[in-house]
Amino acid sequence: MAEPARHDGAAIEVRGLTKSYGDVQAVRGIDLVVERGQIFALLGPNGAGKTTTVEILEGYRSRDGGTVTVLGYDPGRQRNRLKPQIGIVLQSTGVDRYLTVWETVTMYAGFYPHPRPVDEVIDLVGLTAKRDTRVLKLSGGQQRRLDVAVALAGNPDLLFLDEPTTGFDPSARHEAWEVIKNLAALGKTVLLTTHYMDEAQYLADQVAVITSGRIVAEGPPATIGNREQARAQIRYRLDAGTTPPADLTAPPGPDGLIELRPDDLTAALHRLTGWALEQHVELSGLEVSRPSLEDVYLELTDSPAAPAGAATAAPATAALGGGKGRRRS
Amino acid sequence: MNATALTLSQVRYTNKEFWRNPASAFFIFAFPLMFLVIFTALLGNGTVHLSPTQEVKTSTYYVAAMASFGVISACYTNIAISVSFQRDTGVLKRINGTPLPSSAFLGARMVQALLVAILLVVITAGFGRAAYSASIPTGLTLLRFLVMLLVGAASFCALGFAITAVIPNTDAAPAIVNASILPLLFLSGVFIPLGSNAPAWIVWIAKIFPVWHFAQGMQAGFLGIPFHWTDVLVVAAWGLAGLLLSVRFFSWEPRT
Repeated sequence: MAEPARHDGAAIEVRGLTKSYGDVQAVRGIDLVVERGQIFALLGPNGAGKTTTVEILEGYRSRDGGTVTVLGYDPGRQRNRLKPQIGIVLQSTGVDRYLTVWETVTMYAGFYPHPRPVDEVIDLVGLTAKRDTRVLKLSGGQQRRLDVAVALAGNPDLLFLDEPTTGFDPSARHEAWEVIKNLAALGKTVLLTTHYMDEAQYLADQVAVITSGRIVAEGPPATIGNREQARAQIRYRLDAGTTPPADLTAPPGPDGLIELRPDDLTAALHRLTGWALEQHVELSGLEVSRPSLEDVYLELTDSPAAPAGAATAAPATAALGGGKGRRRS
Repeated sequence: MNATALTLSQVRYTNKEFWRNPASAFFIFAFPLMFLVIFTALLGNGTVHLSPTQEVKTSTYYVAAMASFGVISACYTNIAISVSFQRDTGVLKRINGTPLPSSAFLGARMVQALLVAILLVVITAGFGRAAYSASIPTGLTLLRFLVMLLVGAASFCALGFAITAVIPNTDAAPAIVNASILPLLFLSGVFIPLGSNAPAWIVWIAKIFPVWHFAQGMQAGFLGIPFHWTDVLVVAAWGLAGLLLSVRFFSWEPRT
């Protein structure tokens, strides 16, 4: 019963999508629904099939199997009717270098039946000060913002952003994020691909993790991969010569930290600290944490043989510390 | 906007890009004039035997030859190199994702190249007239000359689009384009007059490819030699072949 309403409302609907290049199966049966007004992130490592999927939706590539509907059209057969309604930011910047920012946006706006006012678009991406500068003289971050401006010129309902911030320095990335957030405020639907966790977490309403051509998890960034229900972990370091109760210890990892994922966190923590107080043992580096989006992602995208051990999880968690503090606290 | 208006508006942008890229504009535009000056300075006082009974001043010969060279540069060389650059930098892919019809984009490139070609011919002829008293086509000769010019320019544009299919990347573009056109320019009497004693194999090769036929048609306008419609037909046939190859093999996506 919910199905037909969803069909009417969804910006993108994909069922059983497959695509091979020769012997390589790039996409192995993907199902996706992107609701109108959503920022949807397709998150995955390089070579997972993100770009192939997006380029099929954009109409650049044909599909081998499955059904695809974008704004009600089949991009394989009705590409010319779809084109006026979508905006595309490709992985590589592709605008002519000798035109100015204003000329470039004006030129692209001229291709569309109902373009957005050029100065408004330039303002939206924060390039007003560079309006009459030639593309050649823009920085990498500014060129990327021009890419977004060009994609917006035709006032599309749906925007595809393929790895919009790859290769950016941190400040350029944050600038780009603000631009993308602004798009959502305009009511645009955005399909974003990225291999940055923090990007998906910051921008997306809905995340799908794709690896080896399949979607392995999907959901809002806060709960994807059952993150909110996942067992928390206790980590601590022991002085030599002390032995805690057998069920509260494990062989230490390369960093000397012992990791536990107890069934009952509160009880385990109580017993562990109780034992330490009683024995006058110092539990240095003691911490309790829930898996971050990055942990979930690594677990999902790692080869099945390698469990998320201390060696993988520790640096990942450390790397996330600064950027995501506000989310975890 | 309809297709014609879109194409014309696209011509303006293509033209801006052309003139703002100093390297490309300089080479396409300055080479024919530079060669005209150099060749005539070196050889200008001699004569060229067009046939056992007809000869012209070398300077006059080069006005016609460099006008042909200018058209080939503006159409074939310019389009092949700049379109493969646009392809590899993703411009073509991006354009291909917008509602702009392919024909409007490619048509605009052709029209812009044609305008540059006409400008080059006018300047070359004007310069030749002023400096070397070269004769300028008039009347019926001018009409036939214009037919050859338009058919030739369009055909070399089409061949320029076609050759991009064998250009693997931007770095290779100038080398491949020059390798395909320079030998023909020499073999077809554009840089060095073939004269009446040219080896048979050179004449034979020249007659297969479009450059010689095009140069013959252009020379007919300036040098008073007979105009052959077969030259126009051969050039047009090559242009058509280029168009068909482009339709089949032209790529909008970077070759990686």
